[in-house]
Amino acid sequence: MAKITFITSDEQRITLEGYSGSVMALAVENGIKGIDGDCGGVCSCATCHVHVAPEDLSKTGEASEIEADMLELDDDTDQYSRLSCQLQISEELDGLVLRVAK
Amino acid sequence: MKKSEIPDPFAAQRSKCGYETIDDQNDPVTMLLRHKDVRKTAHNYKTFTSETIPGRIVVPSEVNIRDTRQIPFEVDPPKHGAYRSVLEAWFKRPINADYQEALTTIVSSIIEEMLAKESLEVVNEFALPLQSRALTLLLNTPFKESEIWISWGTHVFRSEGEALDADKAIVLYDYIDRELDRAIANPSDDLYSVLMQSDFDGRKLTKEEAKGVMVLTFAGGRDTVINAVTNAIAYFADHPESLERLRKEPEIITNAVEEMIRYFSPLTHMGRVVTENTIVCEHAAKADSRVSLCWASANRDENVFENPNEIVLDRKINPHVGFGFSHHNCLGATHARQIMRILVKEFSEKIKSIDILDMKENIEKWGKFQRKVGYHKISVKFNATTQ
Ligand code: FES
Repeated sequence: MAKITFITSDEQRITLEGYSGSVMALAVENGIKGIDGDCGGVCSCATCHVHVAPEDLSKTGEASEIEADMLELDDDTDQYSRLSCQLQISEELDGLVLRVAK
Repeated sequence: MKKSEIPDPFAAQRSKCGYETIDDQNDPVTMLLRHKDVRKTAHNYKTFTSETIPGRIVVPSEVNIRDTRQIPFEVDPPKHGAYRSVLEAWFKRPINADYQEALTTIVSSIIEEMLAKESLEVVNEFALPLQSRALTLLLNTPFKESEIWISWGTHVFRSEGEALDADKAIVLYDYIDRELDRAIANPSDDLYSVLMQSDFDGRKLTKEEAKGVMVLTFAGGRDTVINAVTNAIAYFADHPESLERLRKEPEIITNAVEEMIRYFSPLTHMGRVVTENTIVCEHAAKADSRVSLCWASANRDENVFENPNEIVLDRKINPHVGFGFSHHNCLGATHARQIMRILVKEFSEKIKSIDILDMKENIEKWGKFQRKVGYHKISVKFNATTQ
């Protein structure tokens, strides 16, 4: 189990408990504003873009090349950007804080 | 070659030089063929604009047959974003459960209807009515309106063999004008009325702007959806094992649909106008010339996709550009995805196999390339899972 906190663009903090699947799917199931997951998690739409809290980068690891290429061409990308469909929920993500991209 | 196969005519040129210039009514277009170039160019709206003379970014060019600017399609950021934010909530309605329920009823009833037949012609008897009926949900108009749209035939803008047909475009424009006038006089809760009441930039949307949105909604979602639906049926006819797999593993339906969109690429390419002398893919692109983003070629780029010419139903990483890319990505994608997801689900549950009886492929010609995009006609028989 992992507790994951989302901060939406209107500054709401929502903490969810996830067990498996992707962080995007968890967010979509719980209606987190700003995470749409249009393509269902195949790295094609970037509607699941989040910024990882700097202190949590070690939890999420690095983006794959395909994910990084996708992010490079999205607006509002920085060094903390990830596509949340590429983050698999596991114990390692417990305590993760994510800011939903604009 | 299997009947449902859609060959990739761009492969050799894509690896050789990555682009090809073709003529189009004396306004040539340089087609960009590589995934990376296509995405980068799509993203760079400043150098590669959509906001030019209405119709010029479309290939074949529509400058001679329309003056209405399609919105937000032919507007660039920041104005593009302002229009998009007015429309976004409406065009995301397909994620709601009640929308999906209504769409499921439409899909499942047309499948039932067709199962009773000895044979059916998919384009005209299945894909066109399905696309039209589903559109009543997106527009929130009475179901009966779909009969008018079905009567227009498969091509609002194109007729068989011909690139452009101004007379048919007029039918659509006149219809939209009448509907907008009706919405102004008697507002309801349909898209026309919602548009006329929308705030934009401190004012209401004008009728011309609303018309631009409606033309886009009708035209952009017609051939494309019809091709996707028809190609899916042809694919299942050749691959009954895929129907069985999807029946057993419905959790891969989302992936399967994205993969079909990649493989089918229902829209071959879309143009942009170059705003300043530049270089793309080592090709000098001159100001005021045209380039096009060839989604169909990018979606088969072997540097990005393993086994690009195969439908891999559960492909996990699939950065396809079948709905375009970046700011101008498809406004109707949420609706189209739901149609395809529900169609695939209903098909897998209700249909065991499909026999192809007869077919005529729809092959587009782009300079030296011949690309199959779908079918003019394809007659089939559906066989039910339970008899
Ligand atoms: S859900 Fe589409 S890229 Fe993540």
